[in-house]
Amino acid sequence: MSSHAIEVCDLVTHYGPRKILDEINFTAAQGEIMVIMGGSGSGKSTLLRHLLGLHQPTSGSIKLLGKDITKMSADEMFDLRKNMGVAFQGGALFNSMTVGENVELPLREHTKLDDATIKIMSRMKLEVVNLAGFEDLMPSELSGGMIKRAALARAIVMDPKLLFFDEPSAGLDPVASAELDDLILTLRDAMNMTIVVVTHELESAFKIADSITVLDQGRILMSDRTPAVRASTHPRIRALLDRTPRSDVLDADEYMERLTREVS
Amino acid sequence: MTPEAPNSLLAFVAGIGQRAVGAVREVGYLSALLFEAFYWLLMGHRRRQPVRLRAIFKEAVGVGVNAIPIVGLASFATGMMLAIQGIYSLRTFGAEDQVVLGIALSVTREFAPLITGIFVAGRSGSAIAARIGTMQISQEIDALRVIGINPVRYLVAPLLAAMLLTLPALTIMSDLLALLGGALYCAGELSLPPAIFFSRVFEALVIDDVLQGVAKSLVFAVVITLIGCGNGFGVTAGAEGVGRATTRAVVLGSIGIILADMVFTFLTSR
Repeated sequence: MSSHAIEVCDLVTHYGPRKILDEINFTAAQGEIMVIMGGSGSGKSTLLRHLLGLHQPTSGSIKLLGKDITKMSADEMFDLRKNMGVAFQGGALFNSMTVGENVELPLREHTKLDDATIKIMSRMKLEVVNLAGFEDLMPSELSGGMIKRAALARAIVMDPKLLFFDEPSAGLDPVASAELDDLILTLRDAMNMTIVVVTHELESAFKIADSITVLDQGRILMSDRTPAVRASTHPRIRALLDRTPRSDVLDADEYMERLTREVS
Repeated sequence: MTPEAPNSLLAFVAGIGQRAVGAVREVGYLSALLFEAFYWLLMGHRRRQPVRLRAIFKEAVGVGVNAIPIVGLASFATGMMLAIQGIYSLRTFGAEDQVVLGIALSVTREFAPLITGIFVAGRSGSAIAARIGTMQISQEIDALRVIGINPVRYLVAPLLAAMLLTLPALTIMSDLLALLGGALYCAGELSLPPAIFFSRVFEALVIDDVLQGVAKSLVFAVVITLIGCGNGFGVTAGAEGVGRATTRAVVLGSIGIILADMVFTFLTSR
Protein backbone atom coordinates (compact mmCIF):
# COMPACT_ATOMS: atom_id res chain seq x y z
CA MET A 1 0.00 0.00 0.00
CA SER A 2 2.24 2.74 -1.25
CA SER A 3 -0.50 5.39 -1.06
CA HIS A 4 0.34 5.73 2.63
CA ALA A 5 2.72 8.50 3.47
CA ILE A 6 3.57 6.80 6.74
CA GLU A 7 3.35 3.11 7.48
CA VAL A 8 4.59 1.67 10.77
CA CYS A 9 4.70 -2.12 11.13
CA ASP A 10 5.26 -4.11 14.32
CA LEU A 11 7.53 -1.47 15.81
CA VAL A 12 9.21 -2.52 19.05
CA THR A 13 11.71 -0.28 20.82
CA HIS A 14 13.72 -0.47 24.00
CA TYR A 15 15.50 2.03 26.17
CA GLY A 16 18.22 -0.05 27.78
CA PRO A 17 16.44 -3.16 29.06
CA ARG A 18 13.08 -1.35 29.30
CA LYS A 19 10.56 -1.83 26.53
CA ILE A 20 9.11 1.54 25.54
CA LEU A 21 7.00 0.75 22.48
CA ASP A 22 5.39 -2.58 21.75
CA GLU A 23 3.82 -3.81 18.52
CA ILE A 24 3.08 -0.39 17.09
CA ASN A 25 1.08 -0.52 13.84
CA PHE A 26 -0.50 2.44 12.12
CA THR A 27 -0.69 4.24 8.82
CA ALA A 28 -1.25 7.81 7.73
CA ALA A 29 -2.56 8.66 4.28
CA GLN A 30 -1.06 11.28 2.02
CA GLY A 31 -2.38 14.74 2.83
CA GLU A 32 -3.98 13.98 6.15
CA ILE A 33 -3.34 15.23 9.64
CA MET A 34 -2.59 12.38 12.01
CA VAL A 35 -2.54 13.20 15.69
CA ILE A 36 -0.61 10.96 18.03
CA MET A 37 -2.23 11.32 21.40
CA GLY A 38 -1.42 9.94 24.79
CA GLY A 39 -0.63 10.90 28.34
CA SER A 40 2.81 11.54 29.77
CA GLY A 41 5.00 8.47 29.54
CA SER A 42 2.76 6.84 26.95
CA GLY A 43 5.71 6.65 24.56
CA LYS A 44 4.51 9.26 22.09
CA SER A 45 7.73 11.26 22.17
CA THR A 46 9.73 8.07 21.66
CA LEU A 47 7.51 7.14 18.74
CA LEU A 48 8.11 10.55 17.20
CA ARG A 49 11.89 10.23 17.60
CA HIS A 50 11.75 6.91 15.78
CA LEU A 51 9.60 8.37 13.00
CA LEU A 52 12.27 11.04 12.62
CA GLY A 53 14.97 8.41 12.28
CA LEU A 54 16.81 9.64 15.37
CA HIS A 55 16.87 6.17 16.95
CA GLN A 56 17.16 2.65 15.63
CA PRO A 57 14.25 0.44 16.73
CA THR A 58 14.66 -3.06 18.17
CA SER A 59 12.46 -4.54 15.45
CA GLY A 60 9.75 -3.62 12.99
CA SER A 61 9.71 -1.23 10.09
CA ILE A 62 8.90 2.45 9.55
CA LYS A 63 8.06 3.41 6.00
CA LEU A 64 8.04 7.10 5.14
CA LEU A 65 6.87 7.97 1.61
CA GLY A 66 7.15 4.29 0.75
CA LYS A 67 10.73 3.77 1.94
CA ASP A 68 11.77 1.86 5.05
CA ILE A 69 13.94 4.20 7.09
CA THR A 70 15.17 1.42 9.37
CA LYS A 71 17.03 -0.19 6.46
CA MET A 72 18.16 2.95 4.72
CA SER A 73 21.71 3.99 3.90
CA ALA A 74 22.93 7.33 5.21
CA ASP A 75 22.75 8.83 1.72
CA GLU A 76 19.16 7.70 1.17
CA MET A 77 18.20 9.10 4.56
CA PHE A 78 19.93 12.36 3.64
CA ASP A 79 17.75 12.61 0.53
CA LEU A 80 14.57 11.71 2.40
CA ARG A 81 15.26 14.39 5.02
CA LYS A 82 14.78 17.05 2.35
CA ASN A 83 11.17 15.91 2.21
CA MET A 84 10.69 16.01 5.98
CA GLY A 85 10.12 19.04 8.17
CA VAL A 86 10.17 18.96 11.95
CA ALA A 87 9.03 21.54 14.47
CA PHE A 88 10.33 20.56 17.89
CA GLN A 89 8.50 21.20 21.14
CA GLY A 90 10.85 23.94 22.31
CA GLY A 91 11.40 25.17 18.77
CA ALA A 92 15.06 24.14 18.77
CA LEU A 93 15.97 27.26 16.84
CA PHE A 94 19.72 27.74 16.59
CA ASN A 95 20.41 30.37 19.21
CA SER A 96 23.52 31.70 17.54
CA MET A 97 21.59 32.64 14.38
CA THR A 98 18.88 35.17 13.66
CA VAL A 99 15.34 33.99 12.95
CA GLY A 100 15.92 34.61 9.23
CA GLU A 101 19.17 32.61 9.18
CA ASN A 102 17.41 29.77 10.98
CA VAL A 103 14.72 29.58 8.33
CA GLU A 104 17.28 29.91 5.51
CA LEU A 105 19.56 27.16 6.80
CA PRO A 106 17.87 24.14 5.14
CA LEU A 107 17.86 25.99 1.80
CA ARG A 108 21.51 26.91 2.16
CA GLU A 109 22.50 23.35 2.98
CA HIS A 110 20.37 21.54 0.44
CA THR A 111 20.07 23.84 -2.55
CA LYS A 112 22.40 25.86 -4.74
CA LEU A 113 20.02 28.81 -4.95
CA ASP A 114 21.51 32.28 -4.87
CA ASP A 115 21.36 34.42 -1.78
CA ALA A 116 18.51 36.68 -2.91
CA THR A 117 16.24 33.75 -3.82
CA ILE A 118 16.95 32.06 -0.49
CA LYS A 119 16.09 35.25 1.38
CA ILE A 120 12.84 35.71 -0.55
CA MET A 121 11.79 32.09 -0.07
CA SER A 122 12.43 32.19 3.65
CA ARG A 123 10.56 35.50 3.97
CA MET A 124 7.61 33.89 2.19
CA LYS A 125 7.52 31.18 4.84
CA LEU A 126 7.80 33.74 7.61
CA GLU A 127 4.78 35.46 6.01
CA VAL A 128 2.90 32.15 6.14
CA VAL A 129 3.44 31.90 9.90
CA ASN A 130 2.75 35.62 10.45
CA LEU A 131 6.30 36.50 11.40
CA ALA A 132 7.08 38.84 8.52
CA GLY A 133 9.63 41.44 9.50
CA PHE A 134 11.04 39.44 12.39
CA GLU A 135 13.90 37.86 10.45
CA ASP A 136 16.63 39.99 12.00
CA LEU A 137 15.70 39.17 15.58
CA MET A 138 17.52 36.55 17.62
CA PRO A 139 15.50 33.57 18.91
CA SER A 140 16.03 34.77 22.49
CA GLU A 141 14.08 37.93 21.63
CA LEU A 142 10.93 36.02 20.62
CA SER A 143 7.95 34.93 22.70
CA GLY A 144 7.06 31.25 23.11
CA GLY A 145 4.39 31.33 20.43
CA MET A 146 6.66 33.17 18.02
CA ILE A 147 9.44 30.64 18.55
CA LYS A 148 7.04 27.81 17.67
CA ARG A 149 5.91 29.64 14.55
CA ALA A 150 9.49 30.40 13.52
CA ALA A 151 10.34 26.73 14.02
CA LEU A 152 7.35 25.88 11.83
CA ALA A 153 8.61 28.27 9.14
CA ARG A 154 11.99 26.52 9.21
CA ALA A 155 10.27 23.13 9.03
CA ILE A 156 8.27 24.02 5.91
CA VAL A 157 10.87 26.08 4.07
CA MET A 158 11.82 23.15 1.83
CA ASP A 159 8.12 22.45 1.08
CA PRO A 160 8.33 19.00 2.62
CA LYS A 161 5.84 16.24 1.94
CA LEU A 162 5.94 15.23 5.59
CA LEU A 163 5.68 17.58 8.53
CA PHE A 164 6.14 16.54 12.14
CA PHE A 165 5.03 18.79 14.95
CA ASP A 166 5.83 18.01 18.57
CA GLU A 167 3.39 19.46 21.12
CA PRO A 168 2.34 22.59 19.20
CA SER A 169 0.17 23.91 22.02
CA ALA A 170 2.41 23.10 24.98
CA GLY A 171 3.25 26.24 26.91
CA LEU A 172 1.05 28.54 24.82
CA ASP A 173 -1.99 30.57 25.80
CA PRO A 174 -5.32 29.37 24.30
CA VAL A 175 -5.39 32.04 21.60
CA ALA A 176 -1.86 31.41 20.36
CA SER A 177 -2.54 27.70 20.48
CA ALA A 178 -5.74 28.08 18.41
CA GLU A 179 -3.85 30.19 15.87
CA LEU A 180 -1.25 27.48 15.52
CA ASP A 181 -3.98 24.90 14.96
CA ASP A 182 -5.43 27.01 12.16
CA LEU A 183 -1.99 27.32 10.66
CA ILE A 184 -1.58 23.54 10.62
CA LEU A 185 -4.94 23.16 8.86
CA THR A 186 -3.93 25.78 6.32
CA LEU A 187 -0.70 23.96 5.57
CA ARG A 188 -2.49 20.72 4.90
CA ASP A 189 -5.00 22.38 2.58
CA ALA A 190 -2.60 24.70 0.79
CA MET A 191 0.39 22.42 0.43
CA ASN A 192 -1.16 18.95 0.69
CA MET A 193 1.32 17.98 3.38
CA THR A 194 0.99 14.90 5.49
CA ILE A 195 1.23 16.22 9.01
CA VAL A 196 1.93 14.27 12.17
CA VAL A 197 1.15 16.14 15.36
CA VAL A 198 2.10 14.78 18.76
CA THR A 199 0.01 16.27 21.51
CA HIS A 200 -1.82 15.65 24.73
CA GLU A 201 -4.19 18.58 24.19
CA LEU A 202 -7.62 17.09 23.50
CA GLU A 203 -9.29 20.17 22.16
CA SER A 204 -6.52 20.88 19.71
CA ALA A 205 -6.34 17.22 18.67
CA PHE A 206 -10.04 16.98 17.77
CA LYS A 207 -9.98 20.31 16.00
CA ILE A 208 -7.20 19.44 13.55
CA ALA A 209 -7.06 15.65 13.29
CA ASP A 210 -8.25 13.62 10.32
CA SER A 211 -7.25 10.52 12.20
CA ILE A 212 -6.00 9.86 15.69
CA THR A 213 -3.65 7.28 17.12
CA VAL A 214 -4.01 6.84 20.86
CA LEU A 215 -0.99 5.54 22.71
CA ASP A 216 -1.04 4.18 26.23
CA GLN A 217 1.89 2.61 28.05
CA GLY A 218 3.77 1.97 24.85
CA ARG A 219 0.89 0.30 23.02
CA ILE A 220 -1.65 1.54 20.56
CA LEU A 221 -5.14 1.59 22.01
CA MET A 222 -6.75 2.76 18.85
CA SER A 223 -5.84 4.23 15.49
CA ASP A 224 -8.80 5.41 13.48
CA ARG A 225 -10.62 8.37 11.93
CA THR A 226 -11.41 11.15 14.36
CA PRO A 227 -15.18 10.54 14.74
CA ALA A 228 -14.58 6.85 15.52
CA VAL A 229 -12.09 7.76 18.23
CA ARG A 230 -14.47 10.32 19.67
CA ALA A 231 -17.20 7.71 19.82
CA SER A 232 -14.98 5.00 21.26
CA THR A 233 -16.20 3.14 24.31
CA HIS A 234 -12.80 1.73 25.26
CA PRO A 235 -12.44 2.52 28.98
CA ARG A 236 -8.86 3.85 28.71
CA ILE A 237 -9.73 6.08 25.77
CA ARG A 238 -12.81 7.33 27.55
CA ALA A 239 -10.66 8.05 30.61
CA LEU A 240 -8.33 10.10 28.43
CA LEU A 241 -11.18 11.91 26.68
CA ASP A 242 -13.23 12.54 29.78
CA ARG A 243 -10.14 13.39 31.83
CA THR A 244 -10.91 10.89 34.55
CA PRO A 245 -8.01 9.71 36.66
CA ARG A 246 -6.71 6.22 36.08
CA SER A 247 -8.42 3.62 38.26
CA ASP A 248 -6.67 0.44 37.27
CA VAL A 249 -6.92 -2.57 39.49
CA LEU A 250 -3.47 -3.11 40.90
CA ASP A 251 -1.94 -6.42 39.93
CA ALA A 252 -0.20 -7.47 43.16
CA ASP A 253 2.40 -9.74 41.58
CA GLU A 254 3.34 -7.24 38.93
CA TYR A 255 3.58 -4.54 41.55
CA MET A 256 5.96 -6.60 43.68
CA GLU A 257 8.01 -7.47 40.61
CA ARG A 258 8.37 -3.80 39.69
CA LEU A 259 9.47 -2.87 43.20
CA THR A 260 12.05 -5.61 43.56
CA ARG A 261 13.35 -5.96 40.01
CA GLU A 262 16.40 -3.70 40.26
CA VAL A 263 17.27 -4.82 43.78
CA SER A 264 17.76 -8.56 43.56
CA MET B 1 36.53 -10.26 59.23
CA THR B 2 33.12 -8.60 59.09
CA PRO B 3 30.73 -9.81 56.41
CA GLU B 4 30.84 -6.32 54.82
CA ALA B 5 34.54 -6.47 54.06
CA PRO B 6 34.52 -8.73 51.01
CA ASN B 7 31.52 -6.83 49.70
CA SER B 8 33.13 -3.44 49.97
CA LEU B 9 36.34 -4.82 48.50
CA LEU B 10 34.34 -6.25 45.65
CA ALA B 11 32.57 -2.95 45.14
CA PHE B 12 35.94 -1.18 45.16
CA VAL B 13 37.39 -3.49 42.53
CA ALA B 14 34.19 -3.32 40.49
CA GLY B 15 34.34 0.47 40.73
CA ILE B 16 37.88 0.49 39.33
CA GLY B 17 36.79 -1.85 36.56
CA GLN B 18 33.81 0.32 35.64
CA ARG B 19 35.97 3.43 35.56
CA ALA B 20 38.53 1.69 33.37
CA VAL B 21 35.81 0.53 30.97
CA GLY B 22 34.39 4.06 30.97
CA ALA B 23 37.79 5.56 30.16
CA VAL B 24 38.43 3.09 27.34
CA ARG B 25 34.94 3.77 25.98
CA GLU B 26 35.57 7.52 26.06
CA VAL B 27 38.90 7.20 24.25
CA GLY B 28 37.20 5.01 21.66
CA TYR B 29 34.38 7.52 21.24
CA LEU B 30 36.80 10.43 20.84
CA SER B 31 38.83 8.48 18.27
CA ALA B 32 35.67 7.82 16.28
CA LEU B 33 34.83 11.52 16.53
CA LEU B 34 38.29 12.44 15.21
CA PHE B 35 37.99 9.97 12.36
CA GLU B 36 34.54 11.27 11.43
CA ALA B 37 35.65 14.92 11.55
CA PHE B 38 38.55 14.19 9.20
CA TYR B 39 36.24 12.15 6.99
CA TRP B 40 33.91 15.13 6.52
CA LEU B 41 36.82 17.50 5.96
CA LEU B 42 38.20 15.30 3.19
CA MET B 43 35.09 13.64 1.75
CA GLY B 44 32.34 16.16 2.53
CA HIS B 45 32.27 17.56 -1.00
CA ARG B 46 31.78 14.13 -2.52
CA ARG B 47 28.91 13.42 -0.12
CA ARG B 48 27.31 16.78 -1.03
CA GLN B 49 27.83 17.95 2.53
CA PRO B 50 30.96 20.09 2.37
CA VAL B 51 32.64 21.66 5.37
CA ARG B 52 32.31 25.32 4.52
CA LEU B 53 35.33 27.63 4.46
CA ARG B 54 33.19 30.35 5.96
CA ALA B 55 32.47 28.18 8.99
CA ILE B 56 36.18 27.37 9.35
CA PHE B 57 37.13 31.06 9.23
CA LYS B 58 34.43 31.96 11.71
CA GLU B 59 35.74 29.36 14.15
CA ALA B 60 39.32 30.44 13.45
CA VAL B 61 38.45 33.97 14.54
CA GLY B 62 36.78 32.65 17.68
CA VAL B 63 39.46 30.23 18.83
CA GLY B 64 42.52 31.82 17.23
CA VAL B 65 42.35 35.53 16.50
CA ASN B 66 40.45 36.39 19.66
CA ALA B 67 43.02 34.47 21.72
CA ILE B 68 45.91 36.64 20.49
CA PRO B 69 45.88 39.22 23.33
CA ILE B 70 45.75 36.73 26.19
CA VAL B 71 48.21 34.26 24.67
CA GLY B 72 50.49 37.14 23.68
CA LEU B 73 50.51 38.64 27.16
CA ALA B 74 51.09 35.28 28.83
CA SER B 75 53.92 34.47 26.41
CA PHE B 76 55.63 37.82 26.91
CA ALA B 77 55.45 37.45 30.69
CA THR B 78 56.72 33.87 30.50
CA GLY B 79 59.71 34.90 28.39
CA MET B 80 60.57 37.61 30.87
CA MET B 81 60.14 35.23 33.79
CA LEU B 82 62.47 32.72 32.11
CA ALA B 83 65.07 35.45 31.72
CA ILE B 84 64.78 36.46 35.38
CA GLN B 85 65.06 32.88 36.62
CA GLY B 86 67.76 32.00 34.11
CA ILE B 87 69.99 34.93 35.01
CA TYR B 88 69.46 34.27 38.71
CA SER B 89 70.44 30.61 38.51
CA LEU B 90 73.26 31.04 35.96
CA ARG B 91 74.82 33.83 38.00
CA THR B 92 76.02 31.17 40.46
CA PHE B 93 78.32 29.93 37.72
CA GLY B 94 79.08 33.38 36.33
CA ALA B 95 77.49 32.28 33.06
CA GLU B 96 74.68 34.82 32.72
CA ASP B 97 75.43 35.14 29.00
CA GLN B 98 74.24 31.57 28.45
CA VAL B 99 70.72 32.58 29.44
CA VAL B 100 69.97 33.34 25.78
CA LEU B 101 70.45 29.71 24.80
CA GLY B 102 68.28 28.53 27.68
CA ILE B 103 65.45 30.90 26.81
CA ALA B 104 65.62 30.14 23.09
CA LEU B 105 65.40 26.37 23.51
CA SER B 106 62.88 26.22 26.34
CA VAL B 107 60.56 28.74 24.69
CA THR B 108 60.43 27.18 21.25
CA ARG B 109 60.44 23.54 22.31
CA GLU B 110 58.27 23.76 25.41
CA PHE B 111 56.81 26.93 26.77
CA ALA B 112 55.27 28.52 23.67
CA PRO B 113 53.22 25.48 22.59
CA LEU B 114 52.31 24.60 26.19
CA ILE B 115 51.15 28.09 27.15
CA THR B 116 49.23 28.47 23.90
CA GLY B 117 47.61 25.07 24.39
CA ILE B 118 46.64 25.65 28.02
CA PHE B 119 45.17 29.07 27.34
CA VAL B 120 43.21 27.93 24.29
CA ALA B 121 41.95 24.91 26.24
CA GLY B 122 40.78 27.23 29.00
CA ARG B 123 39.24 29.77 26.66
CA SER B 124 37.81 27.61 23.90
CA GLY B 125 37.61 24.05 25.28
CA SER B 126 35.04 25.20 27.83
CA ALA B 127 33.19 27.38 25.32
CA ILE B 128 32.94 24.49 22.86
CA ALA B 129 31.60 22.11 25.51
CA ALA B 130 29.10 24.72 26.71
CA ARG B 131 27.90 25.53 23.21
CA ILE B 132 27.45 21.94 22.07
CA GLY B 133 26.03 20.91 25.45
CA THR B 134 23.42 23.68 25.32
CA MET B 135 22.54 22.70 21.76
CA GLN B 136 22.17 19.11 22.94
CA ILE B 137 19.65 19.92 25.67
CA SER B 138 17.64 22.40 23.58
CA GLN B 139 17.26 19.75 20.83
CA GLU B 140 19.29 21.85 18.40
CA ILE B 141 21.49 18.83 17.65
CA ASP B 142 18.35 16.81 16.84
CA ALA B 143 17.15 19.70 14.69
CA LEU B 144 20.43 19.61 12.75
CA ARG B 145 20.07 15.88 12.19
CA VAL B 146 16.48 16.07 10.97
CA ILE B 147 17.35 18.91 8.61
CA GLY B 148 19.93 16.53 7.18
CA ILE B 149 22.99 18.26 8.59
CA ASN B 150 25.47 15.90 10.19
CA PRO B 151 26.39 17.48 13.56
CA VAL B 152 30.01 16.32 13.33
CA ARG B 153 30.35 17.80 9.86
CA TYR B 154 28.67 21.05 10.88
CA LEU B 155 30.06 21.58 14.38
CA VAL B 156 33.22 19.51 14.88
CA ALA B 157 34.93 19.49 11.49
CA PRO B 158 35.16 23.30 11.02
CA LEU B 159 36.37 23.65 14.58
CA LEU B 160 39.04 21.00 14.14
CA ALA B 161 40.26 22.64 10.95
CA ALA B 162 40.29 26.05 12.63
CA MET B 163 42.24 24.71 15.61
CA LEU B 164 44.77 22.96 13.36
CA LEU B 165 45.29 26.22 11.47
CA THR B 166 45.39 28.71 14.32
CA LEU B 167 47.16 26.85 17.11
CA PRO B 168 50.49 26.55 15.18
CA ALA B 169 50.17 30.22 14.21
CA LEU B 170 49.51 31.21 17.81
CA THR B 171 52.48 29.10 18.87
CA ILE B 172 54.84 30.92 16.50
CA MET B 173 53.51 34.23 17.74
CA SER B 174 54.03 33.00 21.28
CA ASP B 175 57.65 32.04 20.36
CA LEU B 176 58.36 35.55 19.17
CA LEU B 177 56.68 37.37 22.04
CA ALA B 178 58.30 35.17 24.70
CA LEU B 179 61.69 35.79 23.12
CA LEU B 180 60.91 39.50 23.05
CA GLY B 181 60.08 39.41 26.77
CA GLY B 182 63.39 37.66 27.45
CA ALA B 183 65.27 40.08 25.21
CA LEU B 184 63.87 43.16 26.95
CA TYR B 185 64.74 41.86 30.40
CA CYS B 186 68.26 40.93 29.26
CA ALA B 187 68.66 44.38 27.76
CA GLY B 188 67.97 45.94 31.14
CA GLU B 189 69.73 43.46 33.38
CA LEU B 190 72.73 42.42 31.27
CA SER B 191 72.90 45.49 28.98
CA LEU B 192 72.54 43.07 26.09
CA PRO B 193 71.05 44.86 23.05
CA PRO B 194 67.95 43.07 21.76
CA ALA B 195 69.50 42.87 18.28
CA ILE B 196 72.41 40.84 19.67
CA PHE B 197 70.00 38.77 21.78
CA PHE B 198 68.00 37.80 18.71
CA SER B 199 71.05 37.10 16.55
CA ARG B 200 72.29 34.74 19.26
CA VAL B 201 68.86 33.14 19.44
CA PHE B 202 68.84 32.46 15.71
CA GLU B 203 72.40 31.11 15.95
CA ALA B 204 71.41 28.73 18.73
CA LEU B 205 68.16 27.47 17.22
CA VAL B 206 67.84 24.91 14.50
CA ILE B 207 64.65 24.63 12.52
CA ASP B 208 63.75 21.40 14.34
CA ASP B 209 63.41 23.25 17.64
CA VAL B 210 60.67 25.45 16.23
CA LEU B 211 59.06 22.61 14.32
CA GLN B 212 58.88 20.49 17.45
CA GLY B 213 56.85 23.21 19.12
CA VAL B 214 54.60 23.56 16.09
CA ALA B 215 54.08 19.80 15.87
CA LYS B 216 53.10 19.76 19.53
CA SER B 217 50.56 22.49 18.91
CA LEU B 218 48.89 20.30 16.26
CA VAL B 219 48.52 17.50 18.81
CA PHE B 220 47.11 19.99 21.33
CA ALA B 221 44.64 21.27 18.72
CA VAL B 222 43.23 17.76 18.32
CA VAL B 223 43.13 17.18 22.10
CA ILE B 224 41.29 20.44 22.86
CA THR B 225 38.75 20.00 20.03
CA LEU B 226 37.93 16.38 20.81
CA ILE B 227 37.64 16.82 24.57
CA GLY B 228 35.52 19.97 24.18
CA CYS B 229 33.19 18.47 21.58
CA GLY B 230 33.03 15.02 23.19
CA ASN B 231 31.97 16.44 26.53
CA GLY B 232 29.44 18.72 24.86
CA PHE B 233 27.77 15.87 22.98
CA GLY B 234 27.70 13.82 26.19
CA VAL B 235 25.46 16.29 28.03
CA THR B 236 22.15 14.77 29.10
CA ALA B 237 21.05 16.31 32.37
CA GLY B 238 20.03 19.89 31.66
CA ALA B 239 21.83 23.02 32.76
CA GLU B 240 23.71 21.21 35.49
CA GLY B 241 25.03 18.78 32.88
CA VAL B 242 26.29 21.67 30.76
CA GLY B 243 28.17 23.06 33.77
CA ARG B 244 29.72 19.70 34.49
CA ALA B 245 30.73 19.19 30.85
CA THR B 246 32.33 22.64 30.75
CA THR B 247 34.42 22.00 33.84
CA ARG B 248 35.34 18.56 32.60
CA ALA B 249 36.39 19.93 29.21
CA VAL B 250 38.79 22.42 30.80
CA VAL B 251 40.24 20.00 33.35
CA LEU B 252 40.59 17.06 30.97
CA GLY B 253 41.75 19.35 28.16
CA SER B 254 44.53 20.86 30.26
CA ILE B 255 45.69 17.57 31.74
CA GLY B 256 45.40 15.96 28.30
CA ILE B 257 47.70 18.63 26.88
CA ILE B 258 50.30 18.17 29.61
CA LEU B 259 50.26 14.37 29.29
CA ALA B 260 50.43 14.54 25.49
CA ASP B 261 53.30 17.01 25.85
CA MET B 262 55.17 14.64 28.14
CA VAL B 263 54.77 11.69 25.80
CA PHE B 264 55.62 13.79 22.75
CA THR B 265 58.72 15.29 24.37
CA PHE B 266 59.85 11.86 25.55
CA LEU B 267 59.50 10.42 22.06
CA THR B 268 61.14 13.28 20.17
CA SER B 269 63.85 14.53 22.49
CA ARG B 270 65.84 11.36 23.10
